[in-house]
Amino acid sequence: MKKIRVSLRVNGRIFTLETDPNRRLIDVLREDLNFTGVKEGCGIGECGACTVLMNGKPVNSCLVLIGQAEGSEVVTIEGLKGKNGELHPLQEAFIEAGAVQCGYCIPGMILSAEALLQNNPHPTEDLIKEAISGNLCRCTGYRQIIDAVKIASKKIARKE
Amino acid sequence: MSYKVITRPLKRIDAREKVTGEAKFGADLNFSGQLYAKTVYSRYPHARVLSINTEKAEALHGVEAVITAADVPGENELFGRFPVFAEKEVKYTGDGVAMVAATSKSIAEKAASLVEVEYEELPAVLTIEEALAHGAALVHTDAPGNFIENTHHLMRAGDVERGFEEADIILEKTYRTQFVEHGYIEPEVVIALPEPYRRGVEIHGSIQNPYSIRENVARALNLRISEVRVIPGNLGGSFGGKDESVMLMAARTAITALKTGRPVKMVLTREESILESAKRHSYKAKYKIGARKGGTIVALENTIYTQGGAYNNKARFANWRASVHAAGPYRIPNVKTDLYGVYTNTIYGGAFRGFSAPQVVFCNESLMDELAAELGISPKEIRLKNCLKPGDELVTGQVLRPGKIPAPLKQMIEEVCSRSDFDRKREEFSAGNSGDEPVKRGIGLACTFRGTGLGGEGIDTAGATVTIEKDGSVNIVSNLNEMGQGMRTAHAQIVAETLGISYGRITFSPTDTSVVPDGGPTVASRGTLAGGNAMLIAAQKLKERLLMEAGKILNCSWEGLVIEDEIIQYRGKEKLSITFDELIPRCIMERGLTLSAQGWYNPGPEELDPETGRGNAYPSYIYGCAVAEIRVNTLTGKLDVDRITAAYELGRVINPQIVKGQLMGGLIQGMGYGIMEDTETKEGYLITRNFDELMLPTSLDIPEIDIILYETDQNIGPYGAKGIGEIGVELSAPAIANALFHATGRRVRELPMNLERVLLGRALKR
Repeated sequence: MKKIRVSLRVNGRIFTLETDPNRRLIDVLREDLNFTGVKEGCGIGECGACTVLMNGKPVNSCLVLIGQAEGSEVVTIEGLKGKNGELHPLQEAFIEAGAVQCGYCIPGMILSAEALLQNNPHPTEDLIKEAISGNLCRCTGYRQIIDAVKIASKKIARKE
Repeated sequence: MSYKVITRPLKRIDAREKVTGEAKFGADLNFSGQLYAKTVYSRYPHARVLSINTEKAEALHGVEAVITAADVPGENELFGRFPVFAEKEVKYTGDGVAMVAATSKSIAEKAASLVEVEYEELPAVLTIEEALAHGAALVHTDAPGNFIENTHHLMRAGDVERGFEEADIILEKTYRTQFVEHGYIEPEVVIALPEPYRRGVEIHGSIQNPYSIRENVARALNLRISEVRVIPGNLGGSFGGKDESVMLMAARTAITALKTGRPVKMVLTREESILESAKRHSYKAKYKIGARKGGTIVALENTIYTQGGAYNNKARFANWRASVHAAGPYRIPNVKTDLYGVYTNTIYGGAFRGFSAPQVVFCNESLMDELAAELGISPKEIRLKNCLKPGDELVTGQVLRPGKIPAPLKQMIEEVCSRSDFDRKREEFSAGNSGDEPVKRGIGLACTFRGTGLGGEGIDTAGATVTIEKDGSVNIVSNLNEMGQGMRTAHAQIVAETLGISYGRITFSPTDTSVVPDGGPTVASRGTLAGGNAMLIAAQKLKERLLMEAGKILNCSWEGLVIEDEIIQYRGKEKLSITFDELIPRCIMERGLTLSAQGWYNPGPEELDPETGRGNAYPSYIYGCAVAEIRVNTLTGKLDVDRITAAYELGRVINPQIVKGQLMGGLIQGMGYGIMEDTETKEGYLITRNFDELMLPTSLDIPEIDIILYETDQNIGPYGAKGIGEIGVELSAPAIANALFHATGRRVRELPMNLERVLLGRALKR
């Protein structure tokens, strides 16, 4: 297979790599760039564990071929912490609300919530539910996750 | 009693690394030189294996090993008759016949497709009815009638024939439940590597029960148990499921690791995970119940068949648990219960949160409402009349002695009904449903009780090591495992409370079979109960050691010393004190003391009569009661759950936030089980293969949830806590089924209550 050359920015850093064109964005992020916070759950875009932000929008990175990510700006869970390691308000809120159990869905969940809050810093409960409806969580039953997004929204409002 | 650390909603001990993505799960681990493994699965539900040709696969560049049953150095048959590799016969489509290991994932995939297996198809039995039919093909030739070994459990109380004679009304109903996939979001992973420093093998991965897997891997590899080291990683959910298939993965990869001298990594795809992992057993339950006109239940008889699949090592335990609970949380003088596990050439049953309770409670609580309807009394009244009360005798003969075993169920039913406005809403919804509006509303009630811990299933031991380091940090290691349920946080709170120190001092190490002794599996809601008791014992030993040393330093009797807020002080004398930070280095560096202690909890066996099933099945019980409110569209069959109000009795709450998370998560899992989830097979082949077919609840499906927690004293766990991991899952399905009947007048006796069963009363074929 002829390799392709791809450049993309991940968590603020530019990466240029040569890779097989049949690889997916999730494979490159996890295997080549070591962003293992991106999780694989189903491989068919149903569970949302592999959610990353691509040009500001949440995408299932298991459904993106690496060639489609050329020139894009990708944010993974590793890119949410501040420069000095301080947690993002969503990360703080997920801890406070008890929204984390096994933790496997959490990176994708937080990134879907981040995409929502970027567009709408004060979403209603219905909008929160809709925004995370593509992220399956088998542990929590979602209530504490929804509460966490509300707490984060308030935290962000306070900072502004 | 006022507590400083327990009873508070402290932040999870492992939350920070989980929200930053730094927490590593099995698939995130890589070892230099590792191979990637893939299993070659059976092509038929039941067939003779005539030949396996691995030549083409072996010839592929990058393939380092292709192994089959012939390469298993020890025993090929593991606990529950699961074969490491099917040798002469495949018994279901998840059987592994070979495994390939290659230098890349894609080569492994290609190689797996090149393994040539020649089969001769055999007749298969796919349902309970087929398996039990006269002259049915046998799944295992030495299991006559397709009954699974040691799975017939029974309960005999009173005289059921006489009981029915006394009844004014007798109902006979049959209920069925489906195979249910756990649906943890992390697929199974195992990495096995040759031990770097000694003979043996080291195994990492998404492993719920490291000790039983260690034992089985040792058998398969012909190693001593101590030569197998298992270190489970962070588990991305398990709920009972990461066990049998992970045992096989561990055996297969360990054999290959020792054969090739290289680490071998196997990550299942979702399709492989659903194919090869255990499911909640499918039930067919026949019930007969007799009551007097006033609503007093006089007799109950049930025969329950649990579909075990091709291999099974859990029905023998799950059926026993079911036998204790199959008459429900009611005082019934005459009971006859029989449970049987049945082999079929299908996916197999295993442990799944609740461990027989989700099935039995669905049947019991549906039946209770059917009886109430027949008698013309309300669902609340029949339960208040018959439910277990203080001083009552359980079907096992065990007495709910006040002060020993709490029994607050009546009060809980009253409170949940009052909080949910049950009586008024029943009337209001009934009145509203009489019109032509296609959307009907319903409200339903269900209650349950649950034996805590393993009880008669096995000895409820657990171990813990607590170590205070020179700098005052305190590390804890349990031999029970964290799967997301929050056990380590509860353990840390128990240790900090006991030592009188701040929660922030506690760190944890992962479970490691070479470090802490085998204390049994992490099951049966016993992480806090048994595991927490072991922590408590270890912390008490250390506390005594610290106080004795402080007594020497302060020149006073140690019995008068207490630790509170990190200060060791003589009661009432402020001057006689030393801080924890001052004391620790003196103990370790000046006195040479060890500040590491092992705690071992062993409640001893429960006593039971195998002929009647009677005795003290469990040391204590917990209780639950829930009301569900639903809305159902009678044109489409679509069912929405609007609200669940529930109460649980759980002894002492160690961390209210985690407890609520467990209960809400359980209620939503139970809702999925009740109305959405099915793991369907067609002619023995799985047709629910991935999350597009498996309907798990999403954030858009959840109802409002209102939970009331009851605390009681005199319980057996640490600080009076009992286990709450499983009870949450039990009540949603029956409460919804009862609400559905209230809304539509139609009783659905088979799960899930999906569109077609709600609309048509039966499932559609595809």
